[in-house]
Amino acid sequence: MIESLLTGVDWPQIGMASWDTLIMVGVSLFFSVLLGLPAGVLLFLTGKGQLLEQPVAYAILSFVVNVLRSIPFIILLIVMIPVTVMLIGTSLGVAGAIPPLVAGGAPFFARLVETSMREVDRGIIEATRAMGASVRQVIFGALLPEALPGLIAGITVTAITLVSYAAMSGVVGGGGLGDLAIRYGYQRFQTDVMIITVSLLVVFVQLLQMLGDRLVLYFSHR
Amino acid sequence: MIELIDVEKSYVVDGRAVPALKPTRLEIANGEVFGIVGHSGAGKSTLVRLINRLEAPSGGRVVIDGEDVTGYGDEDLRAFRRKVGMIFQHFNLLFSKTVADNIAFPMKLAGIYSRAEIRERVDELLQRVGLTDQARKYPAQLSGGQKQRVGIARALACRPSILLCDEATSALDPQTTQSVLRLLADINRELNLTIVLITHEMDVVRRVCDRVAVMDAGEVVESGPVTDVFLHPQHTTSREFVFESEQVDEDEMQEDFARARGRILRLTFQGESTYEPLLGSVARESGVDFSILSGRIDRIKETPYGQLTLSLVGGDLNAALAALDRADVHVEVLR
Repeated sequence: MIESLLTGVDWPQIGMASWDTLIMVGVSLFFSVLLGLPAGVLLFLTGKGQLLEQPVAYAILSFVVNVLRSIPFIILLIVMIPVTVMLIGTSLGVAGAIPPLVAGGAPFFARLVETSMREVDRGIIEATRAMGASVRQVIFGALLPEALPGLIAGITVTAITLVSYAAMSGVVGGGGLGDLAIRYGYQRFQTDVMIITVSLLVVFVQLLQMLGDRLVLYFSHR
Repeated sequence: MIELIDVEKSYVVDGRAVPALKPTRLEIANGEVFGIVGHSGAGKSTLVRLINRLEAPSGGRVVIDGEDVTGYGDEDLRAFRRKVGMIFQHFNLLFSKTVADNIAFPMKLAGIYSRAEIRERVDELLQRVGLTDQARKYPAQLSGGQKQRVGIARALACRPSILLCDEATSALDPQTTQSVLRLLADINRELNLTIVLITHEMDVVRRVCDRVAVMDAGEVVESGPVTDVFLHPQHTTSREFVFESEQVDEDEMQEDFARARGRILRLTFQGESTYEPLLGSVARESGVDFSILSGRIDRIKETPYGQLTLSLVGGDLNAALAALDRADVHVEVLR
């Protein structure tokens, strides 16, 4: 019975798709952090009452982040197509999915960075300034290390969000498990493929969360 | 010497300037422990932050050892701040660093010390504050008193000449407060460090300070040697602080006075006269009878003092007053 249910499943293909998802999430997470971290730090520093208070810069940055975050990802996927073609040459496949994923992930992570930096006690910033630290030293010597557990938790949440975004990119011809689920599971009524891909995504998210929680615990000395 | 010359500070709230500190003139000598006492919101926090320019004054000048630091640019200011240590009510240690790394932090920021120098200095400081065996722990694993000791060690790392203490004992229990104050007094004596200490507890001032300024509503209302301000407070706010620390209830005191007969005097002894068997002999010689309404014998920093409130009946009062005067006892006639 179970065997007859799984006869139509192409396992090597599922393996490939899993690998593609891993690559999409990994690469887009890397770029989301690369762009989101400085943006988040800047959001924090230019905010009201902070070290580099700069209402205009804050308003502009905050507006851009909000715009990107308010576009539903499925729309962002479509809107980003011309940009992606310009950057990579194609909007299809694994590579084509990465620019929209970063466009969705980076502003999301930037907000999480801003929030976790706000959690750092102002007294610690004041004490560091009182020791004669420059703004740079306050950021790299105190703010980032103190916010590290929060930043790791933010990376975890971003990674998980990217897993679901990556699955969605299957709709516009991105690769990976989402693509498989849509083409076989949905369009060809292969329920078994659908179940397997969804299960794999669940396991993937669980693993990410566990890893993230462990790292937070390891770096947290509160 | 720290000279605050007509410094003032106001904040702009909703387009209006709200004064936090009215123009203030203060001189703090090298090597002294200077207390600033006041209720929260009295401006003491602002005043102390003007010294290391965590707050920029809206007017006036801050002069340290003859050098005007008010106009310092970024580089100069950072170098200057290394010479001014600061400790805080909530310690403000970095959670992400061990005790040893917290103490090393200001030296690393300075960027002028070698690794070996830092290690040696950290060991020396850990020993001074008695935390050698806690070096590798994280602040979250320490008690409040230990955290403040780390704070003190960190503040001393770059060998400052001034130490600012912002309510440094307010979050500690009485016993820990005492040991931290003793540590501060030791540091002051051994390193000849100038200490500026703000607090809302007169008792802290009494234990460690040489001079004190009392602040109220953004201005210094009274200042002078602790012995003067503590034993003979002039301003209402100062009196409140002294009474509070001595747990004197003014209403109860008045009630006691109403019941007592005769004249009421408050005698203040200082130094060696505290230990003289004076009252008995004065009473015998002048024939005055006395009863003690209240009294306290204690120390102001190292100076012993006694303060007694007596009611006197009969005998030759003037002779008694003269005898007390000759013995260098300060007499206030309360009734």
